[in-house]
Amino acid sequence: MAKSQVTMTVNGRSVEALVEPRTLLIHFLREQLELTGPHIGCDTSHCGACTVDMNGLSVKSCTLFAVQAEGAEITTIEGMAAPDGTLHALQEGFRQMHGLQCGFCTPGMIVRAHRLLQENPSPTDAEIRAGISGNLCRCTGYQNIVKAIQYAAAKLRGEEIREAAE
Amino acid sequence: MIPGTFDYHRPASLHEAVRLLADLGEEARPLAGGHSLIPMMKLRLASPEHLVDLRTIPELRQIRQEDGRIVIGATATQQEIIASPLLQERLPILAEAAHLIADPQVRAMGTLGGNVANGDPGNDMPALMQCLGARYRLLGAGGERAIAARDFYQGAYVTALEPGEILTGVEIDPPPAGHGWAYEKLKRKVGDYATAAAAVVLTRSGDRVATCSIALTNLAETPLWAEEAAAAVTGTALDPDALKAARRAAEAIMSPASDGRGPAEYRVSVGGVMTVRALQRAYARAATQA
Repeated sequence: MAKSQVTMTVNGRSVEALVEPRTLLIHFLREQLELTGPHIGCDTSHCGACTVDMNGLSVKSCTLFAVQAEGAEITTIEGMAAPDGTLHALQEGFRQMHGLQCGFCTPGMIVRAHRLLQENPSPTDAEIRAGISGNLCRCTGYQNIVKAIQYAAAKLRGEEIREAAE
Repeated sequence: MIPGTFDYHRPASLHEAVRLLADLGEEARPLAGGHSLIPMMKLRLASPEHLVDLRTIPELRQIRQEDGRIVIGATATQQEIIASPLLQERLPILAEAAHLIADPQVRAMGTLGGNVANGDPGNDMPALMQCLGARYRLLGAGGERAIAARDFYQGAYVTALEPGEILTGVEIDPPPAGHGWAYEKLKRKVGDYATAAAAVVLTRSGDRVATCSIALTNLAETPLWAEEAAAAVTGTALDPDALKAARRAAEAIMSPASDGRGPAEYRVSVGGVMTVRALQRAYARAATQA
């Protein structure tokens, strides 16, 4: 079976590689590009731990061949913080509001929430819950994840942040 | 889980895709969003030797109006169906149902064509297509043909699609402005297939139901067009007796499996409940004169 050439932009960096067509995007990212932020959780497109942003859409990279991402713009959790290490508002929100415990779902949660806030900068709590319904967290009960995303939404809207985690 | 090996093809046009599928034979499969096929390949329940990617063919992705008819390209995604102003205005039941399919990430990739062509009895769009009287456009090396959604499904994963044929899109004559619609789906959790679901489109003339169409999801090996249930409410004011008759007629054609979603008796019973709820909600939404 012939290998295929793929070209895509990952976290702003242009990437070219030869892949087997059966290579899943998650494996390409983790094993060939060594971007181990996106996680393999359920491996069946339920849990969302593998979520990355592709051409302005949140997708589950465990259910996508790397060849299907030909020419795409991909953002993973590694692409969220500023080059100088300053955390993205969402990363800061998850830290401030205790939006994680074990942290396994967090890369997918943050990348998904990033897209959600692009689509809807002022979501209600219910809209956040619907927006992250493809991302499972087994620790937090989601309560603090919703607060973390609201924290980031407020910060990105330029509002002053006062509320601290309970 | 890693799928078996295959060769990947990215045709530039529909014509080239059809030719590829004809040349490569039965070991080739078309790939749209891949959210049914890739999980099957990861489980090695499917191991095609060739995948022909339809996603990059622009003409397959359009949602447009053609002489008063709505045509939705096979690779339009569930997300694009939700976002389409044309569909929101003319066929709002599609967005209502698409919202109940899987989750945002899956809706970003999953396509209408894949959902209807796969023949999975758990998929939601086939019953909607039957409810709306949609026709599927099929294209193969031998030419193009159209088939009614109500004639397309033969069994679980068995459809009228011939080897080498591509479902290129669906065409729907939209119901008149002022029609009522509802898709009622009972599921255990986000992302689940329906335990039972019912689609209803109806029009009213004053208090009376003037026209009605009902179809059911995941209550048999194929979607079910519930013609007798619809006839039971047509001409009535959707009074309790009419609803009871419709429920009985709908339940009579259901034959769900007993599975993790519940025993067959339970699924038939909630299938009846979904039918009643969808009828009531569609009736309340309909203008008194469509």
